[in-house]
Amino acid sequence: MSNNKSGFWTFKMAWRDSRSNRSKLFLFMAAIIVGVAAQVAITSFRANLNSSIESQAKELLGADLEVERNAPFQPELQEVLDSLGGDVTTGLEFNSMAFFPTSGTTRLSQITALEGEFPYYGELITEPSSAGAVYQQNGSALVDEPIMRLFGVEPGDSVKIGQLTYKIEGAIIEIPGQPVAASFFGPRIFIPKENVEETGLLQRGSRLEYVSLHKFPEGTDMAAVEDRLDKLRENNIRFGFDTVREREEEVGEAIMYLSNFLNLIGFIALLLGGIGVASSIFVYIRQKINTVAVLRCVGVSSNQALSIYLIQATAMGLLGSILGALLGSAVQLYLPVLVQDFLPVDIDLYISWASIFIGIGTGVVISVLFALFPLLAVRKISPLFSLRTIDINLNELLDNTTKVILGTSLAVFITGYAWLMLGEFLPALYFTLGLATCLILLTGFAKLIMIGSRKFLRAGFSYEWRQGLANLYRPNNQTTTLLLTFGLGVTMISSLYLTQDMLLDQIDFGDQRDLPNLALYDIQNDQNEGVNEIITSNGHDILQNVPIVTMRLQEINGMTTEEVDDDTTRNARGWALNREYRSTYRDSLLPTETLETGEWIGSVESRDELVPVSVEEDLLEDLDAAIGDTLTWDVQGIPIDTYIANSRTVKWDQPSPNFFVVFPAGVLENAPQFFATTINTTSREASLSLQQNIVQSFPNVSAIDVGQVLETVRAFIDKITFVIQFIGLFSIITGLIVLAGSAATSRFQRIREAVLLRTLGASKKQVIKIQVIEYVLLGIMASITGLILSLGASTLIGQFYFDITFVPNFYIIGIEIIILTALVLIIGLLNTRGVHNRPPLEVLRAEAA
Amino acid sequence: MSVSFKIKKTVSNILEVQQLYREFKSGSKILTVVDDINFSIQEGISCAIVGPSGSGKTTLLGLCAGLDRPTSGTVSLNGIPLNPLSEDERAKVRNEHVGFVFQTFQLVPTLTALENVMVPLELRGDATKEVRERAQELLESVGLGDRTHHYPTQLSGGEQQRVAIARAFINQPKILFADEPTGNLDTETGEYIEDLIFDLNEKQGTTLVLVTHDLELAKKCNRIIKLKNGQVSEDNFTELEPETAAEKSL
Repeated sequence: MSNNKSGFWTFKMAWRDSRSNRSKLFLFMAAIIVGVAAQVAITSFRANLNSSIESQAKELLGADLEVERNAPFQPELQEVLDSLGGDVTTGLEFNSMAFFPTSGTTRLSQITALEGEFPYYGELITEPSSAGAVYQQNGSALVDEPIMRLFGVEPGDSVKIGQLTYKIEGAIIEIPGQPVAASFFGPRIFIPKENVEETGLLQRGSRLEYVSLHKFPEGTDMAAVEDRLDKLRENNIRFGFDTVREREEEVGEAIMYLSNFLNLIGFIALLLGGIGVASSIFVYIRQKINTVAVLRCVGVSSNQALSIYLIQATAMGLLGSILGALLGSAVQLYLPVLVQDFLPVDIDLYISWASIFIGIGTGVVISVLFALFPLLAVRKISPLFSLRTIDINLNELLDNTTKVILGTSLAVFITGYAWLMLGEFLPALYFTLGLATCLILLTGFAKLIMIGSRKFLRAGFSYEWRQGLANLYRPNNQTTTLLLTFGLGVTMISSLYLTQDMLLDQIDFGDQRDLPNLALYDIQNDQNEGVNEIITSNGHDILQNVPIVTMRLQEINGMTTEEVDDDTTRNARGWALNREYRSTYRDSLLPTETLETGEWIGSVESRDELVPVSVEEDLLEDLDAAIGDTLTWDVQGIPIDTYIANSRTVKWDQPSPNFFVVFPAGVLENAPQFFATTINTTSREASLSLQQNIVQSFPNVSAIDVGQVLETVRAFIDKITFVIQFIGLFSIITGLIVLAGSAATSRFQRIREAVLLRTLGASKKQVIKIQVIEYVLLGIMASITGLILSLGASTLIGQFYFDITFVPNFYIIGIEIIILTALVLIIGLLNTRGVHNRPPLEVLRAEAA
Repeated sequence: MSVSFKIKKTVSNILEVQQLYREFKSGSKILTVVDDINFSIQEGISCAIVGPSGSGKTTLLGLCAGLDRPTSGTVSLNGIPLNPLSEDERAKVRNEHVGFVFQTFQLVPTLTALENVMVPLELRGDATKEVRERAQELLESVGLGDRTHHYPTQLSGGEQQRVAIARAFINQPKILFADEPTGNLDTETGEYIEDLIFDLNEKQGTTLVLVTHDLELAKKCNRIIKLKNGQVSEDNFTELEPETAAEKSL
């Protein structure tokens, strides 16, 4: 037969052969549909996001150039900026308490005092819309909309910042380049810069950011501007700047990380779908052994036989992928709703054909690669099987070389795809290795369960128990398939939940009564006593009253920080060399600190000799310094020579003031300083009223309501985890489809058994009981196995990613086991629905058809 | 695939079996199921292979039809030695020269009666319209002209076997292997099927090799080979001249 004719016949046969089985393969297709949908939704969304960032690049910054410094600009810098031309907006950014007289409430807010027409690109959207244009002329304020809604404040009401009371001109709805989530950590308030000094907030110790925003005429050479500013920095003029190009890169990079992560989660859904494909094709081919044997008898070649089923699998993979791409494109419309709060741009939605084609391609490749495992066995089906009914194991038909080649191809494909998604090879390799380890462990567990249940089986058990247990290891059992598909799904979803729980647990200080729930900052030296008095007279305990002295590092072992920075043989990090340090002095360690190396020296007589200081462990590493090294500090103009006497570790997650560098008592007492105070108030109401009292008397003092911050963080994490779980949901759905699929493909076998039992006189109750026992056991074991793996994964994530010791929450785990087992049971029982109330022969005839 | 075979035009033996052994491993034991069997079958005759359960009948049939490979010995079908052929080359030989009828009918459940009958010729790439007409004719000749579009599950056992017979004859095989063709049928239907097979066999001049328990059925054949413990215990020719029989029986 010619090749053409042979190919045509193979296609015809594939079509004919699939006719009565298509409905049986729908579940297989469903797994691919969901997997591809997850892929296409995420990659389309990413494509949309990237093009939105590109088209809205200038709005990310709102200007062509942003320059900032935490002190007034140096004359050299100002000179360069003045020479650049174009339009300029100058401003100051700081945090301060805002008091709303209408509601009598206070809130630590992010204040921006501006002079100029910022934003130059994009629009400052306010309500009423005219507010953004007039607040500077009117000397009024713009306040974040959510906080106005929360406090019941209307435009026309007032807000007091420091000593000044501003009329609220309107509500801020949107600031170009800032995601809504930016207001989570303090509402944003815009005021005119003109009279900002009169707030009395620009004192020493306040964290102030001076900013300058520039718009240049069209055609300005931005590279030249960047060069001039870079040259200044090379001459040790310290400041920061951002251009549209840089901001676009930064935002693009951050979003790439997020979407890569989501993409991997989506990819796992697709891989689960692949496993579903393999298991359903496996069972499908098992039902086709006779057909293949007969076809071989009448002259079909082994390759033709393989092609018949390969065509079917590919066609279903293709159809499933196309439907998945359609579904994914629809889901993509919903994704922006989930994440818009975190995005600095508005997303323009369009159909991303590239994503659709990549999704369909991946879906087909995954379908075919996974299907090949059982399909290649078709070539080995002997025509002799038509003469004898032989119970063959398809797995054993494949030789080891074929299995290794297939396994390697899959691993290469998965690593390649993960590489494409992550942009880095090693993490992609780890992803594949992690997945392979999971699969190996799950297969191992399945074998253990089969051996275990065989050993556990006792003659004394009731018939139902013996049969139910035996079902776990008898030929054609579902133990391995179910453990692999369901177990992997559970591992992934549960790891997500446990990691989220672990993170939330870190910030849950709810029952720890001795921890502060209110922290006051920026208390000036002359205000400290007054503040303390208000606290104690209100009946609250002061937990800590800590002096803070700002300083900068000048020299390490006699080398200036610039020299250290330039020295390529040293590994000191820029942030550690250049940052403004806020240090304290005291004579003892706190309970949250542990001495690591060296000796703690609590006090010194004078600063004429080298002063021993304590340095935090990680900072020591980032400074590339060691115990005994000398550090010279510039304490607001006065140099102080110190040496590193010891290193400490600090529990940074505690809500109390923590420090990188601690001086001994006896050195900094007379240096300009301000204070931070932590308080444990009896109730939330008491905390609010104390904040009001303090802000009224000392408006420059900032109060951080720890309870409220924790709530904000929790809300933030909740939002992020919801996004992750939404994508993870695809894996759950795929897992369930795969589970239903693997149950459905064994339906005929189950039904034959059930009918046989009924024929032999078993009651309906007995047959159901056997199935319940089998599926409950399978469910419990699959979920426990998955959970054990996820505990392992969460421990590793905790240890290597977040540096947290993971303590599992057994309550959550218990609930998970119950839910998961119930799911397996329901799907298992649905599988044999309709068997129990009909005559056995009728059932068999209907099923065989 | 194009495989050419040298066929001895002068041959009058359609099947030749020489020193045939088939062993199976069962744990550490070696089980000899076919034990030094030699015979040849003349073209156009009918031959029954009989024997008790486990005597090696079906294994021998599988070896003769090229469905299985012997441990040692040779099988030649229509002058083509099967041993050196690959699986796919054997498939081609079967497609061109062999027909099968099984005890369990072995129709492809997803194909209609007509499609089942058409498969062997379609595989050769023959023009579909002609194949369809021929399949239709054959189905009519087995009395199923009105059931051509039924699926196997919609047919009774006897009907399924008739479809299988039609399929077996569509490629005008030189030799037809039948494995207990009436084993799964009631007496009346069984007899009908027997008549059908012998009828078609005679009309087409096909050689018939059938494995059966049924001695009555065996007696209808020209030759009966009895197997016992994997060996030929008796070999009787019923209608051929005694000297010819002696000559053919090696």
